[in-house]
Formats: sequence, C-alpha cells, structure tokens
Amino acid sequence: MLHITQPWPWYVAGVVAGLTVPALLLLGNKHFGISANLRHVCAACVPGRVRFFDYNWKKEMWNLFFAAGIIVGGYLASQYLSTPDPVVLHPDLKKELATYGITEHAGLLPQQLFSLETLFSLRGFLLFIVGGFLVGFGARYAGGCTSGHAIMGLSTLQWPSLVATISFMIGGFIMANIVLPLILSL
Amino acid sequence: MNQNNMPPSAAEYQNRTLDTMCVNESTLTHKWYHNLKYLAVGIIFGITFVKAEIISWYRIQEMFRFQSFHMYGVIGTAILTGIISVWLIKRTGVKTIYGERIEFHDKKFNKGQIIGGLLFGLGWAITGACPGPLFAQIGAGTLVVAATLLSAIAGTWVYGYFRDRLPH
Repeated sequence: MLHITQPWPWYVAGVVAGLTVPALLLLGNKHFGISANLRHVCAACVPGRVRFFDYNWKKEMWNLFFAAGIIVGGYLASQYLSTPDPVVLHPDLKKELATYGITEHAGLLPQQLFSLETLFSLRGFLLFIVGGFLVGFGARYAGGCTSGHAIMGLSTLQWPSLVATISFMIGGFIMANIVLPLILSL
Repeated sequence: MNQNNMPPSAAEYQNRTLDTMCVNESTLTHKWYHNLKYLAVGIIFGITFVKAEIISWYRIQEMFRFQSFHMYGVIGTAILTGIISVWLIKRTGVKTIYGERIEFHDKKFNKGQIIGGLLFGLGWAITGACPGPLFAQIGAGTLVVAATLLSAIAGTWVYGYFRDRLPH
C-alpha cells in the first residue's frame, strides 16, 4: 500500500498536474502558465516605461494567487507530508556529483550547493543568479515555460509549443551534460 | 477591491497576450476573494511538486542525463491528461462555473520559441527548476532559491526592456 508521505509515482503526479489545465479553465477561463507571474511582478513593481509591462496586471491577479498557493503547498508538503528517507538517485549521478564534492543527499536539493555560502561564490553566482536570469529571460522570450508551453500548449495541440518544448530540452541537454560539469568543477 | 473595472482595449489585450501563455479569458469582474480558488489549486499543485520530487534538482539532472524516466513520465502523463481534458471540454461545450464559454486561441510561431526556449533550457538545467518549482522550493524551506527567483524576475524585466530589439 502506497502511503501519502512516500514519494508519489510519476503517473499520479502527472495526472494531478495535468488536471490543473481543466481546473483553471472550468473555474474561470484561465490558461495554465506560471512564468507569466514574473511578468506580473515586473508590471506591478517596476514597470519603468516599458510597453511590455504596461497592462492591467490586476486582471491577472488570479495567477499570483495560484503562485502563492504553490508556495503554501510546498510548505505544507515539506512540513506535514515528508518522509525522513534520503532521496534516491541514480548511481552514475551520485558518482559524478562526488567528483564535484557533492556527497550529502538528504533532501530534494543538495544542501552543499543550495546554501548561502555557495550563493556568494562564483559557482553560486552561476548557479543562482545566471541560472535564474536565463530562466526568466528565456521563458518570456519563448512566450512561456514548462507549464505554459509543454503542458498547456501541447494540451491544446499547438505546434509552436512543441517547438518551444523541444528547444527547452535541447538547452537542458547541453547545459546538464556539457556546461554544468564545468561550473560544478569550479 | 474590484479588479479590472474596465474591459481591456484591443491594444492592451494584444500586449498582454503577446508573450505570455497564461491568459485570463474571463470578461467578468469579481471580488478579490474569488481568487482564493486559484490559491487552492496552487496548493494542490505545490504539494504534488514536492511529493513527486519535481522540485528536486537531482530529478532534473537525471532527466537531462537520461538516467531516469520519472520526469518524462510526469510531463508525458500531464500532457496526456491535458489533451484528454481539453478535448472533452471542446467536445461537450461545458461552461465555466460562472457560465462563460471556455475560450482557446492558437499560438503563433516566432523565433523566440527557439532562441528563448534554448536559453530557458540552459537555465532550467543549472537551477534544476522551472518557474513553478522555484515557488515550491522556497515554500519547502530552501530560502536561498529566492535569489534565483529574483534573478528570474530581473531576466523577465530585461527581456521586456530589450524586446523590440530582439529577433522574433
């Protein structure tokens, strides 16, 4: 019997994530997308005189509520539904990470990387600041992220979303296999 | 607080939809607390992100190294569920809970989907998170990810600033 605090299998998670699409449509004609929140934050806080941020962001407030829900959900799951078991990872990945000095795998994120100490190093600058910048810049340039293109776009059979999704994956392959090993070796 | 007292002009609609997939098709106005239902959907989604380890930096690394089927399974099942749901919505003509017709629009292709997509993929594999998991990671207590989120907001702003000069 699978317990709720155990890691959920992919087919459960996939169905729940996929059901977000009809849930948002049925609740109020809303199209699933998360990276747009970054744009709404810009429009609300630092619009400058940029035309791209000159729109009624309050109409998209629902999306900020949705994002706030994800934060709350993340908190609830980690506080009340977590398992003390260490994360299981592929032996090849474990071996590779050990060569960069990443050896502790207690949580879902390697604590040796995701620390304040790392943030103020060159490795951390590339990991958090450059990485985050690419996520925000790239998602908006592409017109959406994994939720907007890969899930919502493909659910409505939009071929430009397929192009975007394939581009996401190619970028990811290049980074994970070629560039990231260099960054982690720093 | 009433949101959106005026219907959006055509120009605003175009600007809003131009580079964002997340579109509010509703023309109704509601009190702010109607948004709490989206908070609820977000909570379920956030819990799933954590429990299925979608927020795990390790799972993203395994995906891009072809070491695990997990993320492909999650995304594939989500797409399949979405396709069936959207097909059912179109087929049955079901309305929203407020009685509105559910709208769909076709996406237009532009070069941004390739260039921006590649850049996004690079960022995804470094940070181990696309925008959704960024929020969930912060909620789950890895507060240093707030730096990634702020940087992602900065990236969005810089894109908006240079948008007219970028190839599309």
